[in-house]
Amino acid sequence: MSFELLEKFRDPDLCRKILDKMESELDRELRFMEVCGTHTVAIFQSGLRSLLPEKIVHLSGPGCPVCVTHESEVNAFLDLAGRGNVILATFGDLMRVPGDKGRNLKKAVADGARVKVVYSPFDTLKLAKENPGDLVVFIGVGFETTAPTIAATMKMARDQGIANLRILCFHKTVPTALDALLADEAINIDGFILPGHVSAIIGVKPYEFIAENYAKSAVVTGFEPLDILQSLNQMIEWRNQGEAHVANNYTRIVGENGNPKALEIMYEVFEPTDALWRGLGLIPGSGLEIRAEWESFDAKKEFGIEIKDGPSLPGCKCGDILKGIKQPDQCPLFGKACTPANPVGPCMVSTEGSCAAYYKYKLD
Amino acid sequence: MSDKVLLDYGSGGRASQRLISELFLKYLGNDELDRLNDAAVLSLSGKIAMSTDSFTVDPIFFPGGDIGSLAVHGTVNDVAMMGAVPRYITCGYIIEEGLPMADLERIVRSMGEAAEHAGVKVVTGDTKVVPRGACDKIFINTTGIGEVIADPTPSGDAARKGDAVLVSGTIGDHGLTVLGTREGLDFEAKVQSDSAALNHLLVKLVRELPEVHVLRDPTRGGLATTLNEITKSSNVCCELTETSIPVRPEVKGGCSILGLDPLYLANEGKFLCVLPAEHADKALEIMRADPLGRDACRIGTMTDANPGKVVLVTQLGGKRLLGMLEGEQLPRIC
Repeated sequence: MSFELLEKFRDPDLCRKILDKMESELDRELRFMEVCGTHTVAIFQSGLRSLLPEKIVHLSGPGCPVCVTHESEVNAFLDLAGRGNVILATFGDLMRVPGDKGRNLKKAVADGARVKVVYSPFDTLKLAKENPGDLVVFIGVGFETTAPTIAATMKMARDQGIANLRILCFHKTVPTALDALLADEAINIDGFILPGHVSAIIGVKPYEFIAENYAKSAVVTGFEPLDILQSLNQMIEWRNQGEAHVANNYTRIVGENGNPKALEIMYEVFEPTDALWRGLGLIPGSGLEIRAEWESFDAKKEFGIEIKDGPSLPGCKCGDILKGIKQPDQCPLFGKACTPANPVGPCMVSTEGSCAAYYKYKLD
Repeated sequence: MSDKVLLDYGSGGRASQRLISELFLKYLGNDELDRLNDAAVLSLSGKIAMSTDSFTVDPIFFPGGDIGSLAVHGTVNDVAMMGAVPRYITCGYIIEEGLPMADLERIVRSMGEAAEHAGVKVVTGDTKVVPRGACDKIFINTTGIGEVIADPTPSGDAARKGDAVLVSGTIGDHGLTVLGTREGLDFEAKVQSDSAALNHLLVKLVRELPEVHVLRDPTRGGLATTLNEITKSSNVCCELTETSIPVRPEVKGGCSILGLDPLYLANEGKFLCVLPAEHADKALEIMRADPLGRDACRIGTMTDANPGKVVLVTQLGGKRLLGMLEGEQLPRIC
């Protein structure tokens, strides 16, 4: 999409009109959660956070792939860093994620581990070819957005006879997590800003349970200010009319059925499994694992890795923040023991994490 | 000479002599360097500005420049930011055994051209060759020295409430180019480094406008980090207007794909100028009259609202913090 066209979604006058309309129509506090970390950052970066009516409570949900990566998953890839014949390949976000004993991948590199930051999973094919005597292990973290590309990479590796590529699969699926959030009575959410990237793959139907089962609204939303404002406004209107709907406001990218080809390849290689989410615990059916016929790629099997739940980081409120129960600056560690330079929890380490966004962008 | 740099060339013996005379003197030579004395004897007067920097860029050749010209531009600019006329530079080379001699020649030639263009003389230098793997192709250290002509000397702690904040052109070009070339990313629209010596423009500026409070080149950490340094040193708040910060569309596009922020990307041919608001128009006129400053514009104002902080007023009129870069920028997952 051209920048000229994108600019139309940033029109200050139109944004102001919607903001005024929202202000006049809000008769009580409404709590909206944006599921995706990119939305969190977009809301801050555009300055929307400081312009939204005070009656809108803005919550950052479990949509940052780094934030929801379970402690034991982090420790699992940190354990692999530095093993003799292993080259870890990862997206940059994971380099600073803290594990136990103050470990992270940056420190592992300084200690001699071979870790390569890649821009696409396809880069791992070249890496594997160039290092035939090593095992290239890609850390598969993320949602439905990244899983199809990783599945395609595995298919290409098989086609090209590349035998030294492994995937450490920690993929998670978004709708199941939202179901778990809504089922938790302690959590109070009036509506969801649904992720644009994930929805481009899965479409809109997988979210329909939000209106049908829980009578809450949700709108698939793009990342420009007008996208976000229109979705919020729509949900306020529905609320005032006593209705709940799931809608697609990002039709320029997201089709109703998503990307069937990507889904097909994703489910050819992966199958649903139970998964541990940081802060949310075990959510049945919310993860993806490598199917038996692709197990030669499975790093968990290769290295006998088991993911187990355990005690959370002391004091860290990332779990409550991901559920929308607490705001980042309500965590006692925020900005004190936990900063981007010395992150305690993953919400502070990831560029898309809500704590990092608060720390980086919030003026007061 | 061999077609590759051998350890012999760092031995101090005949091979070293050949390297110096057939390569370094060929491109960097002048009356002072040609004497090959143990130290240079210089004529300088008044207040002196001196700066040193080491260059370890990967890749060593990139669109718009190379490590050689960058080493000259970086140091010349650092000296010039003090309101000084850069006069002399020194060059120290740490070269990895096996570097193609043609690459070294290309780098040294580029340094010679950059020095000539900037009007500085390379007066002394040093060459070390280290075993393969002990460094990455070539590292260059340059030290620059110049005569301060600005009175008072521009300084990072001299910004005052009400001052205008100007930038000499588009930002992020160098950082995105180097990152893109290093990772073999093929951007749809080509980007290239802005690496350039700014001293002639800066000298013109401080001669005509002695009221300049701060001059800074936003290199590593970019515009955002440099402005944070200035606001902290001066205990003022910088209120920036997002829509007035010049960023090329191709840089915006590349950054949006990689999840990077151009405000934190390195620049090597741009400077920030902070001065009393009443002189802003004159400063812009001077900057825009020079090809290196033709896209100059006013991007903000110093206030006393949030001392030590940089506040970005967004396109929508919202306000947010623009903090310092924490470590390096890393591309995100989605």
